[in-house]
Amino acid sequence: MSGFVGALVEAWDELRIHRLRVLLALIGVAAAVTAITGVTAAVAMLQQAFDEQADRANGRQVTLNVNAWSATGVPTADQNAALDAAYAEALDRYGLTWSTRDFQTGGSVRFPDGRYEVPLRAVDPAAGILQRISLSEGRWFATADAEAFAPTLVVNRAFLDRLGVGGVETHPTVLLGRDDPVRATVIGVMDEPWENPEPTAMILYDQRARWMGTDGSSAFGGGAPTLAVWVPPELADDLTARLRRDVAAAVPGMQVDIWDNRFTESFDIDGAARWVGIGVGGFALLLGGLGLVNIALVTVRYRIREIGIRRSFGATSGRVFFGVLMESVVATVVAGLVGVVLAVAIIKSIPVDRVFGGQIQEVPPFPVSAALVGMAAATGVGALAGLIPAIVAVRVKVIDAIRY
Amino acid sequence: MALLELSGVTRTVLLPDDRRLEILRGVDLAVGTGEHVSVVGRSGTGKSTLLNILGLLDAPTAGQYLLEGVPIGQLSSRTRTKRRGRDFGFVFQQFNLLPGRTALENVAAPLLYASGRQFWRRTSLAAAMLDRVGLGDRLETMPEKLSGGEQQRVAIARALVRGPRVILADEPTGALDVETGGAIMDLLDEVAAETGAALVTITHDLSVAARAQRCYRLTDGVLVPIALDAPGRVTEWVGDVPVHVVHGEGPDGTAVAGDPVPGARALDLPPVLGPSVPAATPDERRDREGAR
Repeated sequence: MSGFVGALVEAWDELRIHRLRVLLALIGVAAAVTAITGVTAAVAMLQQAFDEQADRANGRQVTLNVNAWSATGVPTADQNAALDAAYAEALDRYGLTWSTRDFQTGGSVRFPDGRYEVPLRAVDPAAGILQRISLSEGRWFATADAEAFAPTLVVNRAFLDRLGVGGVETHPTVLLGRDDPVRATVIGVMDEPWENPEPTAMILYDQRARWMGTDGSSAFGGGAPTLAVWVPPELADDLTARLRRDVAAAVPGMQVDIWDNRFTESFDIDGAARWVGIGVGGFALLLGGLGLVNIALVTVRYRIREIGIRRSFGATSGRVFFGVLMESVVATVVAGLVGVVLAVAIIKSIPVDRVFGGQIQEVPPFPVSAALVGMAAATGVGALAGLIPAIVAVRVKVIDAIRY
Repeated sequence: MALLELSGVTRTVLLPDDRRLEILRGVDLAVGTGEHVSVVGRSGTGKSTLLNILGLLDAPTAGQYLLEGVPIGQLSSRTRTKRRGRDFGFVFQQFNLLPGRTALENVAAPLLYASGRQFWRRTSLAAAMLDRVGLGDRLETMPEKLSGGEQQRVAIARALVRGPRVILADEPTGALDVETGGAIMDLLDEVAAETGAALVTITHDLSVAARAQRCYRLTDGVLVPIALDAPGRVTEWVGDVPVHVVHGEGPDGTAVAGDPVPGARALDLPPVLGPSVPAATPDERRDREGAR
């Protein structure tokens, strides 16, 4: 125990005394570790950006989309109500908690400059999670909003502009519906990835059903609500078959189909980009290591007398070898730590919106694996760089060393 | 049983031209616990080699070295190294303090190779030892800021900090002036006597050598016992017969440097000693200068 601690103390003392030389040698190592760690973390962040982009477009992996079509044309309100009930029963039966109905319709909205038909998408609160809907201001739907006396809306910026208000902090309202309008409150503004000049709005499915009915005549597509369910990948196939069977049985006269989003998985950059980054960092680390070997060799030659003196104190050749090796390892571990800290600081200060073209909802934590890879690489280089000087130090004859 | 005992020790080295050079020849020497032994001799006569062998830094080519009765050949390299650290304290002519480290760190350095209490309490032990040699107020001073005498005190503290049983001093006063050298030897004698450590001093300073209980002269690798009864007055044993030798004697009877008498067997005690002949007169010296 005291031998190991003694070697560490000795190594640290050497580094402290030769700090300038060591520092110069370690800049390269620290920079290389920063590169390796930083690239690994940046790749993880880029991957997350891709994943989120894919989630916004197609839902989370794996999302089952249950669609129903009426064989006789546009489904009636009763058919859609039956479909709703079938969805609810199926979700309850299989314990599926993350789901949303999605009913793409249109709605009449009275703006200051007149009445317009606006695309109105009716969803459940879970849609915000399932499709990573982000807001630039205000809030998303809460479950309690379904029971509110007046409907709430989440709109896009163009909707707000046409309404002539600057933001949602003033709780703007708007008349929704043509024959029997209801005053809806705008509670949030969607963050759209591209500029959309046309107003659109989202409403809770239950609120739309209450105030505007479930008639499919105004709906786009087949006129029936879609059910999107986020399920574990390993259960996707089984649930697809079961949901199709159960829903189809509950709504006779309608054709039920299910597609999932597995084919839309985001681009996987794990492989190529990461290895290119690690390769470049590794090369830099190698160069840093060579510099360290050079400095360590010079230092050992400079310290031959000191090594001889230490041998006279009773330092065994093993201890001298380990001591010189540890000097290098301790130095590169410190450089590695500095490199990792630098990488964390750089990654954390990256303007995510600007670099990845959109906000990342779940900024991945700095990957521990990246830090470990950086530290392992630094330690490995330290051990390799310390090997040659350690061998040189051990081969020094004690008597010659003392007289050196 | 002697603490250290050399019997017929020879040390030879192979020269680059494949010739063998005998540095030590049949050396016999025994050092007991608490003894003070000195070895005098000119440069290149093998003094340091003898000290290195005694301190387990080198090994004899032939002959036997018993450390507390155990032949060192029976000890593994690791054991020899461990015993070197534990049982021997080295004091060098050039101090050999570790650069860039304070006096305290220098004295604590040997304790890095100790174990148990000595290792974990190395700082306080080093501080106490520095205090013992009169440098308690210079703990954090760098060696280059210390005088020569102070540096040698640090070196002595370092040699003693592990409580060695033998102190091996290689020209301990060689880099110091006479007065400081005397003070350093006083200190060495004092701490050696205090700790009961044996002290082996290698020197070419007769006054330093005269402090020892036993003195030896090393000439061409051969160790010969001598007696120093006063500075400059050397008695050499030729067989069992003591032969009084002087190299020169001043009007007041103290030793002075002189040149060897032509044709006389030169002893290798520096300043140059002559055999048992009267000191050269000034006229004789002038003649010799002229002959050269």
